Amino acid sequence: MNTTEQSRAGVEVRMEGLRRSYGPVVALDGVDLTVKPGELVALLGPSGCGKTTTLRLLAGLEDADAGSITVGGKDITHLPASRRDMGMVFQAYSLFPHMTVRQNVAFGLRLRRIARQRRDQRAMEMLQLVDLTAQADRYPHQLSGGQQQRVALARALAIEPQVLLLDEPLSALDAKVRAQLRDQIRRIQLEVGITTLFVTHDQEEALAIADRVGVMRDGRIEQLASPTEVYSRPSTPFVAEFVGLTNRLAGTVADGTVTVRGRALPLVDPATRPGPAIALVRPEAVTLAREAGSGPLTGTVIASTFLGATSRVTVDLGDTTILAQIPTADAVAHPAGSRVTLTIRPDPVLVAQDPPA
Amino acid sequence: MAALSPIAAERAAAAVTSVPRGARGGMRGRRRARLNLFRYVTFALFGAFFLMPLWAMVRFSLEGSRLGTWSVAAWSQIASYPGLLGAIEITLELAVLTSGVMLLLLLPTMIWVRLRVRRFTRALEFLCLLPLTIPAIVLVVGLSPIYNRIERFNVSALMLFWAYVILALPYAYRALAAGLNSIDVTTLAEAARSLGAGWGTVMARVIAPNMWQAILNALLLTVALVLGEFTIAYNLTYTNLQVALYAISRNTENAGVLFSASAASLLFAFALLMIISIVGRRRRGRA
Ligand SMILES: Nc1ncnc2c1ncn2[C@@H]1O[C@H](COP(=O)(O)OP(=O)(O)OP(=O)(O)O)[C@@H](O)[C@H]1O
Ligand SMILES: [Mg+2]
Repeated sequence: MNTTEQSRAGVEVRMEGLRRSYGPVVALDGVDLTVKPGELVALLGPSGCGKTTTLRLLAGLEDADAGSITVGGKDITHLPASRRDMGMVFQAYSLFPHMTVRQNVAFGLRLRRIARQRRDQRAMEMLQLVDLTAQADRYPHQLSGGQQQRVALARALAIEPQVLLLDEPLSALDAKVRAQLRDQIRRIQLEVGITTLFVTHDQEEALAIADRVGVMRDGRIEQLASPTEVYSRPSTPFVAEFVGLTNRLAGTVADGTVTVRGRALPLVDPATRPGPAIALVRPEAVTLAREAGSGPLTGTVIASTFLGATSRVTVDLGDTTILAQIPTADAVAHPAGSRVTLTIRPDPVLVAQDPPA
Repeated sequence: MAALSPIAAERAAAAVTSVPRGARGGMRGRRRARLNLFRYVTFALFGAFFLMPLWAMVRFSLEGSRLGTWSVAAWSQIASYPGLLGAIEITLELAVLTSGVMLLLLLPTMIWVRLRVRRFTRALEFLCLLPLTIPAIVLVVGLSPIYNRIERFNVSALMLFWAYVILALPYAYRALAAGLNSIDVTTLAEAARSLGAGWGTVMARVIAPNMWQAILNALLLTVALVLGEFTIAYNLTYTNLQVALYAISRNTENAGVLFSASAASLLFAFALLMIISIVGRRRRGRA
């Protein structure tokens, strides 16, 4: 039987009103999250916002103060970690140093008293999945960081868990290995069809890998939506600023639009209160052209960062600076020091307002 | 092919990091040589300092009837000297019993405190180091009423192991704490638990195997302590190896046996040390 190739139907994971405090620190302040069967949800947020805590509660490594966790319709809130049937990959290297790669992967199967032959076969299948069959008889300290995390993934998947939990598994790796391993994790996840929660503080990683992204802040989920929606229609200023770079431009809200430097932009939320506000404008929505007269959107290029196909250009408008992300081919036409006029694409924007006095 | 590329990337990285060797400058070479000479000289001096008395002891135990001659008579008497063999036996049994009980008590407790109730770490440490601050003779004062009472049941000297566990506690604690600190206990335990391991499995199959060196060190210290213990046994009127040796020493005719038995116990401790360091090295080489 080849379990790795047969697609398993994932289960639904439902968290309701999860709370957890450490003394005076409220790590989770009522988290509601439903992960659909076979879905990959990325939890994204700044350091200390409670991502790891969410995962640890789900894994049973920590007890919730309040709230419930249901997996596949079964309440597991009070089940000990060892009986939860969840595969977890940790941020720190967590392979058992005294066991070979193969023994590590087979460990969970040994605990389940699976016959030796079946166990070894399954371990090798898992290692095949992460391309590490050649390293099966090595010890963890003989592997690179990326290889160790792949073994950890194989070990977590070997027990055919209902849910896969990944806590920043790539954060200790360099950028290139990181991107490759990220794609590999996604490919395996789709292949196995397992419901997965992936924690990261890297927004690029979250947007690239997830079916849906949950942006967390101070122990709550601020927005849960598809990567495109989180990026292009952030529900709060915090999400807008955390996911991708954002220009903060002073403007005035009136009649369902916000006027920024003489330009009217549509609002994401038409119900926004009229009055002064800060509009959050994506660098991709800003384009450059050679100076055409003078106006509130004319300024001087002061820096240009090459990002590959696109470049990020910083323009000084006198009273503020603004970032524009444009194709590199266009950016070279405007070297530092040249005068340019900006255009802001009329995408719906979000505004940050002072609370009503 | 995306799946293969991480491996290729890692191979390339490995190739870059292998640093060329062999180029050692003359200046540096000479300095190294001088440093090495210094090391050998100090090593030899200190070695002599430690080994001379031992050598003198061995030489004395091999002294024949006339000065300057050799004889194994003192060594062959170890077995036949009244009471000596029994004392050696009881001491070895005590060593095994003490280290076993010590390990069974201390290791799970320490792992448990580390994993579940970290705030008790200080308290446990204090408790374990306490015997170090109490002189053995004071311990005797406290222990003697207890032993007087159990003596009525005619128990053997093996009962000393209770006292010895207490005596060895600080040393074993230190050794095991060093081992615990050298591994990421929390992560390993959590990984094992998420794979379905209960607490017992976590301790026996995940944590303990990664602390072999520390466990062996704790055992060695415990055994060495038991082999050399005199005060408590003597004052509680039990006969262990050291008490037996003391009795022999009262009788100067048999000084040879005294020294041969001392040398034998020393050799035993030394052999144990060798075994432990070899086993430790083999484990490290493998792991
Ligand atoms: N064992 C603990 N004892 C006390 N406070 C804790 C503990 N674990 C977490 N916290 C606190 O709970 C909050 C949330 O922590 P958590 O580890 O979930 O953050 P995170 O989102 O994973 O951050 P990071 O991206 O840095 O890993 C933090 O303020 C943290 O200080
Ligand atoms: Mg974390």
